[in-house]
Amino acid sequence: MAVPTVLSDAHVVARRNIIKIKRVPDLLVFTTLSPIMFVLLFAYVFGGAIQVPGGTDPSAYREFLMAGIFAQTVIFGATITGAGLAEDVKKGIIDRFRSLPMAPSAVLTGRTLSDVVNNVLVLVVMSLTGLLVGWAIHSSVAEAVAGFLLLIVFAYAVSWIMAWLGMLVPSVEVFNNATFIVIFPLTFVANTFVPLETLPKVLQTFAEWNPVSAVTQASRELFGNIPAGVPEPTSWPLQNAPLYTLIWTVIILAVFIPVANLQYRRSTSR
Amino acid sequence: MTDDNPDRHVGRHSTTGLASPPGAPAKAAVVARGLVKTYKDVIALDGVDLTVPEGTVLGLLGPNGAGKTTTVRILTTLLHPDSGSAEVAGVDVLRDPRSVRRKIGLSGQYAAVDEYLTGYENLEMIGRLYHLGKARSRERARELLAQFHLEDAADRPSRTYSGGMRRRLDLAGALVARPPVIFLDEPTTGLDPRGRAEMWEVIQTLVAEGTTLLLTTQYLEEADVLADDIVVIDHGKVIAQGTADQLKLQVGGERLELTVADETALERAGTLLEPLGVGAPSLDPGRRSLLMPVTGGARTLTEALRRLDDAGITLDDVGLRRPTLDDVFLTLTGRPAEDDENETKGDA
Repeated sequence: MAVPTVLSDAHVVARRNIIKIKRVPDLLVFTTLSPIMFVLLFAYVFGGAIQVPGGTDPSAYREFLMAGIFAQTVIFGATITGAGLAEDVKKGIIDRFRSLPMAPSAVLTGRTLSDVVNNVLVLVVMSLTGLLVGWAIHSSVAEAVAGFLLLIVFAYAVSWIMAWLGMLVPSVEVFNNATFIVIFPLTFVANTFVPLETLPKVLQTFAEWNPVSAVTQASRELFGNIPAGVPEPTSWPLQNAPLYTLIWTVIILAVFIPVANLQYRRSTSR
Repeated sequence: MTDDNPDRHVGRHSTTGLASPPGAPAKAAVVARGLVKTYKDVIALDGVDLTVPEGTVLGLLGPNGAGKTTTVRILTTLLHPDSGSAEVAGVDVLRDPRSVRRKIGLSGQYAAVDEYLTGYENLEMIGRLYHLGKARSRERARELLAQFHLEDAADRPSRTYSGGMRRRLDLAGALVARPPVIFLDEPTTGLDPRGRAEMWEVIQTLVAEGTTLLLTTQYLEEADVLADDIVVIDHGKVIAQGTADQLKLQVGGERLELTVADETALERAGTLLEPLGVGAPSLDPGRRSLLMPVTGGARTLTEALRRLDDAGITLDDVGLRRPTLDDVFLTLTGRPAEDDENETKGDA
């Protein structure tokens, strides 16, 4: 089917999902509240006990923390894609779409694009919270924009994994539990909340190659949140964090766009 | 047990006269041949054949799990059969599903409207996805909301709708592009009697306009009111087909049901009444009851009462009732319809 058709159909589907964000603001409130809680917990409860390179006072940890929270939040934001699709499959809306002469790939494209809107909204709220607890961007506007873009683009790729998973599992509940089990270790065994040097050797290696660490490292660099005098990372992925993040993004998209679309064609409601 | 009946029946609304025999696709809007679908070790469809002549209504009747939904899903391109072929509006469903989608409307068993969107937004979205264009989609949404008496609720999210309103909106969704062939999967299951009556009215209007319709139902009465032809399906097989009247004749018009006061009189009552029935009476000594297919209505009932009275048999209860899906099944398969998992009653 012609590209313009895919885009215009995807636009119609995306608009439908955005209307839903408007109609059910609770969803946005809760996806935003939990990261805000994380910011406050880490900034004021755990933060004092965590030593980061480049400073001993609590404000240094808050500078360190925000990029990690951003990364975790947009990855959790990507799960909305899967949860939304699981719900649509169950409620027969996917059947309706599949019986229409629309471009099949538009359903997932529209879905993942509308979830970008959700993630942007969440990032705005998170940044404001960050500013309140003493985080700041110390780089240029262009670098800051690049930092946010990298977070969004990586989360967009993750949302395609979630799209595939959402149509594979039998219910929203199963989906939520399944992603929780995967996302928690991925976002915690990383440089998100603690400096890598504090981890045991095996976990440290895992964390260095974990793409979540790379996104975090890249945004920290681009937001200027790494104080002068902090030694360069020792592993290749973290030395080339933006590039490593983009490599993962491309790989995930290349694998999961076709896989998710195949699953869409197979998915059936019960 | 007919499985391939060459004598097609002329539909009530058919203007084309004789319908086509199987194999001649000239005037058939839907043709299915030998559809088979297996899930792991469960055979959902075991060689289903059916034909819906253009401008007529086919009722696909059967209990839960009979294969009704599977048949509809295959015909609407949602599911691939393991074998068999199908044509809808002259297009091969398996070879060119996208062209089929332009020519059909589907309203599913689970009302597939988006509960967060308003009625208007739902219909407008469907119009856009049929590629009617922005202006035409909006216009069509308003038209349908008026036609289905949903104008007042047009700008409310559909989750605030009653069950009946939701079904009407879902049906409206199937009509957005004015497709020549419409599939309705259990359009009234779960509706209260009022909702069901409203739905029937809407469907009848639709049919009067000449749309070809395939609807599935668990209710003989519904198929009776709405369908020209009925195909009865069970365990993935077509076990009977014909008009509602033919099917009812096959199961014997009405049921005479009575309960005797004294169990010992039951056998005698059976013998006395047997000549009045069109089938043998079945006796249930535990409940002191007798059930027999009859024709002739009140006259038969009066005659039965006279005979029993003459013989001095006292009754606790007696009545005539119309055949239910259970009766059709009992007659056609020798077992009640509710054998299948759920408590599928012939009538709700």
